[in-house]
Amino acid sequence: MKEFEFQSATTVDEAVSLLAAKGDQARVLTGGTDLIVQLREGLRSADLVVDVKKIPELMTMSFSPEQGLRLGAAVPCHRIYGDKDVAVAYPGLADAARIIGGWQIQSRASVGGNLCNSSPAADSIPPLVVHDAVCHLAGPGGRRTVKASEFCTAPGKNVLQRGELLVSLEFPPPAEHASSAYMRFIPRNEMDIAVVGAASWVQLTAAGDTIEKASIALAAVAPTPLAATEASSFLAGKPATSETFAKAGELASQVARPISDKRGTSEYRKHLAGVLTQRTLAIAVERARG
Amino acid sequence: MAKKTHVATTINGEPMEFLCEARQSLLEVLRDNLAMTGSKEGCNNGNCGACTVLLDGQPVDSCLVLAVEAEGAEITTVEGIADDSRLHPIQQCFLEEAALQCGVCTPGFIVTAKALLDRNPTPSEHEIRFQLAGNLCRCTGYDKIIRAVQDAGKRMAAEARGASTTTNGSPARQQQKQAT
Ligand SMILES: Cc1cc2nc3c(=O)[nH]c(=O)nc-3n(C[C@H](O)[C@H](O)[C@H](O)COP(=O)(O)OP(=O)(O)OC[C@H]3O[C@@H](n4cnc5c(N)ncnc54)[C@H](O)[C@@H]3O)c2cc1C
Ligand code: FES
Ligand code: FES
Repeated sequence: MKEFEFQSATTVDEAVSLLAAKGDQARVLTGGTDLIVQLREGLRSADLVVDVKKIPELMTMSFSPEQGLRLGAAVPCHRIYGDKDVAVAYPGLADAARIIGGWQIQSRASVGGNLCNSSPAADSIPPLVVHDAVCHLAGPGGRRTVKASEFCTAPGKNVLQRGELLVSLEFPPPAEHASSAYMRFIPRNEMDIAVVGAASWVQLTAAGDTIEKASIALAAVAPTPLAATEASSFLAGKPATSETFAKAGELASQVARPISDKRGTSEYRKHLAGVLTQRTLAIAVERARG
Repeated sequence: MAKKTHVATTINGEPMEFLCEARQSLLEVLRDNLAMTGSKEGCNNGNCGACTVLLDGQPVDSCLVLAVEAEGAEITTVEGIADDSRLHPIQQCFLEEAALQCGVCTPGFIVTAKALLDRNPTPSEHEIRFQLAGNLCRCTGYDKIIRAVQDAGKRMAAEARGASTTTNGSPARQQQKQAT
């Protein structure tokens, strides 16, 4: 690894001024599971690495049924699925946290880092999108918010400006008769990059037989994580049946515009997007019925 | 010469200080600066788990931790698993049940298994396979490893039962020491 300077920030302001001073040669370090590999392999370079795990705001996870969830950007995955209340309130997020790497990776890898790394195949981003998460950013110009669905702009690229830091993710309170699920397809059981991933969120009527509202998002089928808006709006008011899920799967598969690579052809990925949409819808509906 | 940072940490219960460069991984410092070569380098990119150590009680790949991040942390390496001269039940079971061949993966498996069994001494086969998915072995085919971990858990549970019946004897205290 090339030499770099290391600083551990203890406040958001300190991190922002360190980052702003070094510009694109400064890198934020949370779990390091992407960054350290990238620095070692020369895929990214840095003069300065700023560890943000000593900033309380970035390491706090607070949840209440009334307020929703505030997830510090550096909170590692194991704390998300390890918290029963959070895992029940945002099951799609917990599904993703449980499958990012193995246990050693989950001890360190954060959802904030997964989002900021902005890989099209990142497992936690579709759940952020369907749960309507909002990103809280801090930069030299002050604080601002961006919807998680608008955060990524291209593979490895996002809306963060020079000196800007992701501080936390805010999730609305869990709705009644609602739930979510995330699944990905990989050729082995654990520890691999998604060929395709899909997250579904549904809200049912009190009777539990009709979908009131739904949201679907896909990973690894476009340059950025993709909201399947046609499929989502189609589902509103439809009976929660396998026929409905199949139709939504078709619509989701139509918006997918994947590439072909060694993990799968474009056609295969489109097919998988449909299948995973159907399956996650079925799981989310089952969970919503409780 | 590259700037060196002074790091104060605790390794296997002992306060430890070292100088390192920011770019050095915890694995490098353990092996090269501190001559603790129990933790192995397999892939150096987070895939194999041979470098697993406990960082504040959580299993992590030490090849993906900067040594400077160890400031103020508590680290347990495979060297800290045995209790003085007595092997830990996990180590004993790995030996007795021939759960290793070349042995490069073994320290990582033992550390991850310790983290698992301290939380749950009676995991199902599925739970063991899932929690150990970040540890790769190219020799054994895993079955013997899974069985050794399961049997070690049973021994640990039996020892804990034995210890808890001793109301204020030393085994209970010893057990507590192991769990931290
Ligand atoms: C063996 C292995 C298996 C993996 N498996 C998976 C998997 O199954 N699914 C998956 O999606 N990913 C996987 N990954 C990738 C990686 O673990 C995840 O993307 C992880 O969530 C990254 O989080 P981190 O906290 O480690 O981020 P870091 O590596 O610390 O940071 C990632 C990037 O984001 C930037 N950054 C981090 N935090 C902030 C912030 N708060 N503000 C601004 N910028 C920031 C960093 O500068 C860096 O560029 C795997 C990686 C490895 C090594
Ligand atoms: S050497 Fe660290 S995971 Fe392989
Ligand atoms: S015993 Fe050789 S890699 Fe596991």
